[in-house]
Amino acid sequence: MFSRLKALIFKELLAILRDKRSRLLLVVPPLAQMIIFSFAATLEVKNVEIGILNNDRGQASHELAQRFHGAPTFRHITYLGGVEEIAALIDSQKAILVVHIASDFSRKVEAGVPAEVQFILDGRRSNAAQIVQGYAARIVNQFNGTQPVELVPRNWFNPNLSYIWHTVPSLIGILSTLSGLIVTGLSVARERELGTFDQLLVSPLKPFEILLGKTIPSFFLAWAEGLLILGVAIFVFRVPFNGSVLLLIGGLSVFLLAIVGVGLFISALAKTQQQAVLGAFVFMVPAMLMSGFATPVENMPPWLQVVAEGNPLKHFMIIIKGVFLKDMPPALVAANAWPILVIALFTLGGASWLFRSRLE
Amino acid sequence: MNSGSLRRMRGLIRKEMAQVVRDPSSILIAFVLPAVLLFLFGYGVSLDANNVKIAVVLEDASPEAQSLAVAFKNSKYFGTRLGRDRRQFEEDLVAGKLRGMVVVPATFTETLRSDNASTAIQVIADGSEPNTASFVHNYVQGVFGNWLIQQSFDVGRPEAVAPRVAIETRVWFNPELQSRWFLLPGSIAIIMTIIGTLLTALVVAREWARGTMEALMATPIGIVELLVGKLMPYYLLGMGSMAVCVVASVTIFDLPFRGSVFALVFVSSIFLIAMLALGLLISTVSKNQFVASQIALVVGFLPSFLLSGFVFEIGSMPVPIQNLTRIIPARYFVTCLQTIFLAGDIRSVLLSNTAALAIIATVLMVLVARKTNKRLD
Repeated sequence: MFSRLKALIFKELLAILRDKRSRLLLVVPPLAQMIIFSFAATLEVKNVEIGILNNDRGQASHELAQRFHGAPTFRHITYLGGVEEIAALIDSQKAILVVHIASDFSRKVEAGVPAEVQFILDGRRSNAAQIVQGYAARIVNQFNGTQPVELVPRNWFNPNLSYIWHTVPSLIGILSTLSGLIVTGLSVARERELGTFDQLLVSPLKPFEILLGKTIPSFFLAWAEGLLILGVAIFVFRVPFNGSVLLLIGGLSVFLLAIVGVGLFISALAKTQQQAVLGAFVFMVPAMLMSGFATPVENMPPWLQVVAEGNPLKHFMIIIKGVFLKDMPPALVAANAWPILVIALFTLGGASWLFRSRLE
Repeated sequence: MNSGSLRRMRGLIRKEMAQVVRDPSSILIAFVLPAVLLFLFGYGVSLDANNVKIAVVLEDASPEAQSLAVAFKNSKYFGTRLGRDRRQFEEDLVAGKLRGMVVVPATFTETLRSDNASTAIQVIADGSEPNTASFVHNYVQGVFGNWLIQQSFDVGRPEAVAPRVAIETRVWFNPELQSRWFLLPGSIAIIMTIIGTLLTALVVAREWARGTMEALMATPIGIVELLVGKLMPYYLLGMGSMAVCVVASVTIFDLPFRGSVFALVFVSSIFLIAMLALGLLISTVSKNQFVASQIALVVGFLPSFLLSGFVFEIGSMPVPIQNLTRIIPARYFVTCLQTIFLAGDIRSVLLSNTAALAIIATVLMVLVARKTNKRLD
């Protein structure tokens, strides 16, 4: 049995690695994506363009406008001449915020009467607008000098709230999902389409052996890719790696078992390579959306959070970020790994069942 | 274009149409997939942190500390747990079950009355989720600030905190700052990127794999006719997907639609043509489906997700990457859709972005025509 299995594994690896383009596609895109996306995935708001409409000629309004001018977040400030220019500036997205200072501002401030400043924000980019509003409000409060109390923010695990530290570990999860799925998903479908699958069936290989022979090479390739990306994260991006490498590799292995299971499941269902790719996609997109990568899982409605429990990537994200940044103890890694293991059992079991029922 | 050319084209379109209708996977891609994706984006992607889990650690048992704890309990932004010892929450912070911790130290009341009031409480946020961490800081600051004002009212010194300058905020286009309104138009752009590239990339690659593309090449059909004939059915399918997305967003998710249908159809058409051309280009360059699917993923979904400004801020990216986003068609489409849905037909935005899309579409089309040409001789 082992020699047969070995031959099949060898053949599978050859089928993928022999073609120069396929070989290149296994290595280059993940690395390129890693590098570009690591810098791209940020929700920080920097280099903002704002507008100021100052209808007041007094000292106080000038001082307030100067404070905006000096703030590093605001890269470019457009000074407006009249109320009618506000709409054009916001509409054309040349400014996300317009600060409107009314003509009686300085008089009121000097008289000790409460004065008003108006912020007009572009709600099309709601997240950025909210953050910019926060910055601007802080500037006004500093001008006030009566800000009740400015708390000192403190962050564990990522003191400067660097997005790279958040994104790079997440990308390890996403990119290894992608390669694991595609490699596995296509391995059976390609044979079906080429008609060589029937040849496999008439060979002395048992269905179980065929399944293993398909699983092991895909798992191995995805695993190698995961480690490669991990290496880039640690040595190129210098994301602090506080936890244990062994725990992470253990987590990665369990996770890839689940993913390969999904890939095989799709393979067993798909009749053509096109359907296999489509299937991989249909799994990949929701898995990514519900993983906590772009937006946190806890923002989703409760019923969808229940659905997300079935997403192996969601659990793996907790492990990978935990091990990287939080030095997650083994008990917690295990607590997040067992759901993945259950999912893996389901996907692998389901795939082998489907395989067998399709073969008979 | 003479009548023969028209006839040939019609024949090809009919053949492609029949192929589309008979292949359940094309229907699946064009109508079911966008509906499912929109549903997922609509519910699954949200930046509205409404129930952030934090712990309030009361090391001080004074009535003031108790009243502050109640203020946190009552905040709709937080799901607050109370405790006396910070160690009991540290593990939950590592596990991700808490996103922040507010420590009210034993010296709370004392510090509050001193000049050093900003150290009265400590806020610790989970930095592994940077966006949520910022929310935690801002909301804690807000709750604490309001509580202080309330306190000074209670002791009868309102003037101590009354601000000299009050801020009046108006948010245009999205008054409640719902992140869904901002994310849904972008989601549609991403869904359409997926549909557009996937449809053509896979379908045409299959023709190469089966050798039927060569058969087509052997017919008297010209290159332009071939391209139009190939693209037309998928264009119609793509517009169908677009309609599914738009109708679902407006009806299910209550997304406002303030622009005109004409502008929407116009911009979407140009974007879709660019995407279909991209799909054709991918499948022409790589006859192998494995390669085609990989490239489609690489150039289609992930860049449009990450580099289009759909959720991540382009202005905050490093300059080389900002420049890279300029060749991502989804970037222009995201801006157009956000404007059409939320703001209306604003010409300055729509024209410049559509022009950029048109340039990309033209370049891609020329590339496709040249690549396909080479195979003919």
